[in-house]
Amino acid sequence: MSFRKWGLPFVGIATGLLAWQIAVWLNPTTLVPGPLAVALGIGELAVRGLLVKYVFASLFRVSWGYLGALLVAIPLGLFLGVFRRGEWTINPLLQVLRPISPLAWIPIAILWFGVGDVSAIFLIFLASLLPLTVATTNAVRNIDPVFLAAARNFDLPMRQRVVDVLIPAILPQLIVAMRIALGVAWLVVVAAEMIAVNSGLGFLIVDARNAGNRYDLVVAGMALIGIIGLGLDFLMRRLERLDSVRWGYAS
Amino acid sequence: MTTGKIKVRFRDVSTNFGAVDVLQHVNIDVAEGEFLCIVGPSGCGKSTLLNIAGGFLQPTSGDVTIDGEPVTGPDRRRIFVFQERGVFPWLTVEDNIGFGLFDVSAEERKKRIDQYVSLVGLKGFERSYPRELSGGMKQRVEVARALAVNPDVLYLDEPFGALDSITRLQMRRELLRIWQAERKTVLFVTHDIEESVQLADRVVVISARPGRIRRVVDIDIPHPRDLSSRRYIELRDSIFAEIGLAHTV
Repeated sequence: MSFRKWGLPFVGIATGLLAWQIAVWLNPTTLVPGPLAVALGIGELAVRGLLVKYVFASLFRVSWGYLGALLVAIPLGLFLGVFRRGEWTINPLLQVLRPISPLAWIPIAILWFGVGDVSAIFLIFLASLLPLTVATTNAVRNIDPVFLAAARNFDLPMRQRVVDVLIPAILPQLIVAMRIALGVAWLVVVAAEMIAVNSGLGFLIVDARNAGNRYDLVVAGMALIGIIGLGLDFLMRRLERLDSVRWGYAS
Repeated sequence: MTTGKIKVRFRDVSTNFGAVDVLQHVNIDVAEGEFLCIVGPSGCGKSTLLNIAGGFLQPTSGDVTIDGEPVTGPDRRRIFVFQERGVFPWLTVEDNIGFGLFDVSAEERKKRIDQYVSLVGLKGFERSYPRELSGGMKQRVEVARALAVNPDVLYLDEPFGALDSITRLQMRRELLRIWQAERKTVLFVTHDIEESVQLADRVVVISARPGRIRRVVDIDIPHPRDLSSRRYIELRDSIFAEIGLAHTV
């Protein structure tokens, strides 16, 4: 709990907010709401019961899309990492799909799943799936061959080779990829909600503008997205401190 | 220490990687319980030879037999010890040592872990992770992990190469103590001639590539060896001469 670790970031944020508020006071404008107006906006959302509802709606979609991606990407990545022929076959397809923004899938998602949660979840799933698969494959490739040789030498059965060697050996790299993928998923949920559903923080932003130019609520939505995204990243970072993965990061 | 029975037999082993001849017509008989060192200059194929014995590589021609059976792949009765980087960094000391004990009862596993933790002098570090250990301690973990599955042959590939010179001397003493206690057959590859003369019953000297056996030297000095004895220096210098190095700097 040192001043450098907690105090300085607090000072930074407080200074930023103060400068923002003073600038708005000095130049009365309708182009940007000040932080006080935004805070009041968040309060209003809380009172109307929308704050919790929208935050949970967004988190719900991210959770399912992201978990689904983990369940597919990790086994697929392990398979592609272990079996070279599999990678040669499937990798070109992955590489073509990778540069396509998840947002480009929105029309297809709506065509397949209609307007609703499933479309949004599908988009998040797609957005997380490719980076996670590629990262898992690469992580398997980068395993020090000494570990694999040792596992062979001790005649470990296949299942244990995967559970006791392959997965722990890639875990440090995998956690970094999971962190990045969760960040992407959080970016995509907002965009998906702007188009494909009528709840959530992305919907809040579009709706607040369309229904009466409530820019205080627009910025409130943005602030909530930033704060929750930071929280998610903070949680993922804690995984990097687990005893069984710390070896993988420069200390 | 040896019983006279042949444990590991290299029969006319030759290997090439593409157009490069790595080993040519290597014949060695290793007796049960023997400590055999294989020395030679960098790139002479001594590590390749050990990997063939360990079942990780197939020779181009010839074969290796253990107790008369040809080696077809890695086997937990013969454990390969890498430099200390072979320790699993995600496991604690005790879980590393117990790594190969996946098919014994929990009770037996614990007993053997305790036994080998003490043997290699790591009491008090059972719950430590490798990143908290020194290079020498990690090497002990790896030796203990190998011994815990009770193999009859140990292959050591320049195991102390990454350690500082003081730790290296201590580790040699430790290894000899363990070898005398456990009576394993040991094949030990090194480029350090002093090391080979300090440790081995016999030293096999391999030539620069393509690797061929130049000479086999019996080290007829009882343990503990006096490193300034006339015989030690004589044997050491004869190997230096064999490799074509005058022993001066």
